[in-house]
Amino acid sequence: MQAELIKRATELMEDGTVNRVLGWQKGQFVYDITPAVFTSVEDLKENFVYNAFCGDNLSKYLRAESEKEGKVLVFLKPCDTYSFNQLLTEYKIHRENVYVIGIECNGKTSGEDLKKKGIEGILDVEENGDELTVRTIYGDEKVSLKDVESYRCATCKSRKHVAYDELIGEDGDILDSHRFDQVEEIEKMSAEERFNFWRGEFSRCIRCNACRNVCPACTCEKCVFDNYDSGLYNKAAENTFEEQCFHIIRAYHVAGRCTDCGECSRVCPEHIPLHLLNRKFIKDYDALYGDFMAGAEVGQMSPVVDFTMDNDAEPSVVQKGGAE
Amino acid sequence: MQRIGVFVCHCGTNIAATVDVKAVAEAARKVPGVVFSTDYQYMCSEAGQDLIKESVKKYNLTNVVICSCSPRMHEKTFRGAVETVDMNPYLLEVANIREQCSWVHKDKAVGTQKAIMLMKAAVAKATLDTPLTPGMLPVTKRALVIGGGIAGMQAALDIAEAGYEVDIVEQKPTIGGKMAQLDKTFPTLDCSSCIVTPKMVDVGQNEKIHIYSYSEIEEVKGYIGNFDVKIRRKARYVDEDKCTGCGLCTEKCPMKNVPNEWNLNLDKRSCVYIPFAQAVPKVATIDPRYCLMLNKGKCGICSKVCGVGAINYKDTDKIVEEKYGAIVAATGFEISDISKYDEYAYAQSPDVVTSLEYERLMSAAGPYGGHLKRPSDGKDPKTIVFVQCVGSREKDSCKGGKEYCSKVCCMYTAKHAILTKDHYPDTDIYVFYIDVRTPGKLFDEFYRRAVEQYGVHYIKGAVGKVTPNKATGKLEVQASDLLLNEQLHIEADMVVLAAAIEPSHTARKLATMLTTPMDTNDFFTEAHAKLRPVESATAGILLAGMCQGPKDIPETVSQASAAAAKAIGILSKDQLVGNPCIAHPDEMMCNGCSQCAGVCPYGAITYVEKEFRMPDRTTKVRRVAQVNEAVCQGCGACTVTCPSGAMDLRGFSNQQIMAEVDALCQ
Amino acid sequence: MSVNENKDWEPKIIAICCNWCSYSGADLAGTNRLSYPANVKIIRVPCSCRVNPMFVLRAFQRGADGVILCGCHPGDCHYSTGNYHTRRRMTLLFSMLNYLGIESARTRVEWVSAAEGQRFVDVMDGFVKTITELGPNRRLEDLRCKQN
Repeated sequence: MQAELIKRATELMEDGTVNRVLGWQKGQFVYDITPAVFTSVEDLKENFVYNAFCGDNLSKYLRAESEKEGKVLVFLKPCDTYSFNQLLTEYKIHRENVYVIGIECNGKTSGEDLKKKGIEGILDVEENGDELTVRTIYGDEKVSLKDVESYRCATCKSRKHVAYDELIGEDGDILDSHRFDQVEEIEKMSAEERFNFWRGEFSRCIRCNACRNVCPACTCEKCVFDNYDSGLYNKAAENTFEEQCFHIIRAYHVAGRCTDCGECSRVCPEHIPLHLLNRKFIKDYDALYGDFMAGAEVGQMSPVVDFTMDNDAEPSVVQKGGAE
Repeated sequence: MQRIGVFVCHCGTNIAATVDVKAVAEAARKVPGVVFSTDYQYMCSEAGQDLIKESVKKYNLTNVVICSCSPRMHEKTFRGAVETVDMNPYLLEVANIREQCSWVHKDKAVGTQKAIMLMKAAVAKATLDTPLTPGMLPVTKRALVIGGGIAGMQAALDIAEAGYEVDIVEQKPTIGGKMAQLDKTFPTLDCSSCIVTPKMVDVGQNEKIHIYSYSEIEEVKGYIGNFDVKIRRKARYVDEDKCTGCGLCTEKCPMKNVPNEWNLNLDKRSCVYIPFAQAVPKVATIDPRYCLMLNKGKCGICSKVCGVGAINYKDTDKIVEEKYGAIVAATGFEISDISKYDEYAYAQSPDVVTSLEYERLMSAAGPYGGHLKRPSDGKDPKTIVFVQCVGSREKDSCKGGKEYCSKVCCMYTAKHAILTKDHYPDTDIYVFYIDVRTPGKLFDEFYRRAVEQYGVHYIKGAVGKVTPNKATGKLEVQASDLLLNEQLHIEADMVVLAAAIEPSHTARKLATMLTTPMDTNDFFTEAHAKLRPVESATAGILLAGMCQGPKDIPETVSQASAAAAKAIGILSKDQLVGNPCIAHPDEMMCNGCSQCAGVCPYGAITYVEKEFRMPDRTTKVRRVAQVNEAVCQGCGACTVTCPSGAMDLRGFSNQQIMAEVDALCQ
Repeated sequence: MSVNENKDWEPKIIAICCNWCSYSGADLAGTNRLSYPANVKIIRVPCSCRVNPMFVLRAFQRGADGVILCGCHPGDCHYSTGNYHTRRRMTLLFSMLNYLGIESARTRVEWVSAAEGQRFVDVMDGFVKTITELGPNRRLEDLRCKQN
């Protein structure tokens, strides 16, 4: 597929449709993928990669890229297109400056996911359909992508593209992937257990802000946590409360706008399951106000800012366990 | 650094009895930023206010905190006081140590401790106060009255009398409203049309009043002093300026079997029609649902007979745009749909009628020319059963019943009974009631007259079933007498149902346009139930008549005049002082996401593309929110929607509220 | 956790009331001399929709044991729609706090009209009782702010 993408990108660059390409390039290791902008065909041919490690959601980078001169080509996986639409809804992307190629996705993996399966010392990976041949310093290992795919891909909401100018590969369907199973497990715990679970998770937070920086919904000019006047400003995390406060507020601020792309959990160096906060909000508003998928369409009003006069649940449903 | 002065009021013994005011003043002195504190018997008195003013000058105070009664009581007073000594009034805060402390806590130690905390919270908030200046808004000196019934007409006449232009928008072809449909009025029994039609003429002839009949409100934008209103003038297919109201077209029109809504469909009218002889404006209207020319392209008789060429089959709806300084909502009421109360056989028998239909049946201008006849066979009814509270005072709303009392039914039923007995003394009249409610001048006397002088049978009880008997042509009424605890069977000729009154069905749509609150019954909510009963919560929108709640004619007229006075109060000003406690965006932080605009109930937030000089010395065009300071009412919905905290509320900023939280959690 | 180990402990309750209905309702309770526990400290906001989740968290952070929001009854909001926003926002926020292990009984929204002085008192009595039974809330408290 990589060759196909490079070929099409080259064509679009050469015919002047776009003047640069937003894609992925290899880092130090094969599984170290990083988003990059390619401004020449040579650069593209030399450094552009697309493989099972290209999990990065590129839509957020369009906020800055679409403000620049000329049109940019971007490759978006199905889940990224939801973020793309949500950013359009919030006027964060200049649509006219973007050419979107939707690309088929069958799930992604990562160095971490491979390590979890005991595959270490990875040198290179060869893809053949759904089969990965991992070359390691200990020899070759064959695994199926299904077996090593990231949790967020195993619980993917949709393999259907909701925005593109053209499509490479097949378009998929909206999936019923039990993405709220983990949320339900936590809901079943006692208050004490839940508190201890989250305290354990949040205690690892080092406030590196990676979750915030990668999140396509976190597009404030200046985060409230960096703004002295907000009253939430703090330089460094000093106790658990601040992590809790940060994560609760962050989840609340992206509620109704979060497309459940899972980037926050992917980038967290401490493996805090941040998606469980976002999915809790999604699960709640789906249950209380009807199914809503942020980014499914441009211009949708999120249930968090909307209301109905007669049919909304009272906050006391929480006490009655109704929201769960 | 702030120099804050704290003033603790005794309020006689109202505060001092359960709060140690000296201890509060003393505690204040220890709070950082407070340079002066004192206590006084009555802070709101002239001497108390002077104490505040002198202290501001003497101690060079930057902020003032008053510990006294509720800010809803005297915040305005104290702000006015400090303003006279050149302090910005919004640098003053009130700690509510009376209503929310001394009056609710009996233990002096507890009360004092709480008062000190409330004082500290107020100081914490005051520390973060910023001087605010309300904007001045210009005023369009023209009023809009929505609805041309008695409420709307009275309001319009009063406003015009004060010298201001008024437009009335009435959805029907004529003004007059429900009052024009009534036969007589209680308790004086004067003829309704004899008193309302001269008013209609006054309105029609008043140079300051312009009537938009057969028109509806399409859109309302703007705010007090500056409303922009679009009015839809529905196509009436008759040129209002040319039509002389001669009525020839209505005579010649071949389409004569159109249900006559003026007589509540009890008879028929022509397709081109003038609702009634005294209509204002007296202009014909073509009913497009029935017109042969409009529907089939054949006929055109009205056009041929019209001497002035007023008929225009190509007429279309037109939108008129006008500006107003104040709006009076007088949308009136409807009779609620009682078709679900099938126990009364309203749908089965034409002899079961609503009270308003009975009103038309008795009217000299009604379908029978004032002769009381049964609709089914035109015979004189000998026995009439009146049923009160049909759909009123009912908790079970599965039939569309209302919980409230419709207020006028008891009186008009007494009126119906008296009038009927007056004309036809041999009629037997039964009134079934839950309670007879007759508060009002000469009301109870009137009801007593019906019972004592006219011998109307008032029975406390309920009608269980009305069954039309085809053989006899009678209505068999089964009822219970709750006082005697017996079942009654009455063979009635007619049954009259006092159907509940409900607000006009157009009211909710209008309330949304006007951004005024409504209660769950769709009555407009007044700004204050006791003290501001003719204003809506939205500044510049006034309420008159049944749209605010059930009431009789004199009450409606009073309210209309009161609303007019309020409107005149607005129109007489050259400028209005705005509310400075409103939302404002920090443009450098706004990311243009537009979520805030979605929650603003007033449409006060718009977005602009604006060029900014960025910290890195480049310029950048960014989409940012703008708040229309005249439209924003300061609810703060946007501030919470804004994830970046760019939107904040003046006078209740994020930092201020959090400072209060911090102070109260100590 | 719910054992009330400190006899001197009194719950700290923050009540955030909208200016038009609930704050007036509280005033009415005062005017009618209807008593409720002094633990309840009221903060006045223009509308319940002014209440940012940050304020609720801040109160817990600074040691509040319960936070209650009061606004006009749905349909009666002075600003037409403010309390509808409050209803959704707080439902979602409370559910999230519950999910994080903050007992749901510590957070509450009640609709109290300007005419409901007695109801204000009943609501506060009930809330203080609930919080007293639950005991001190240490879960979100920022220990650095503790004075002793």
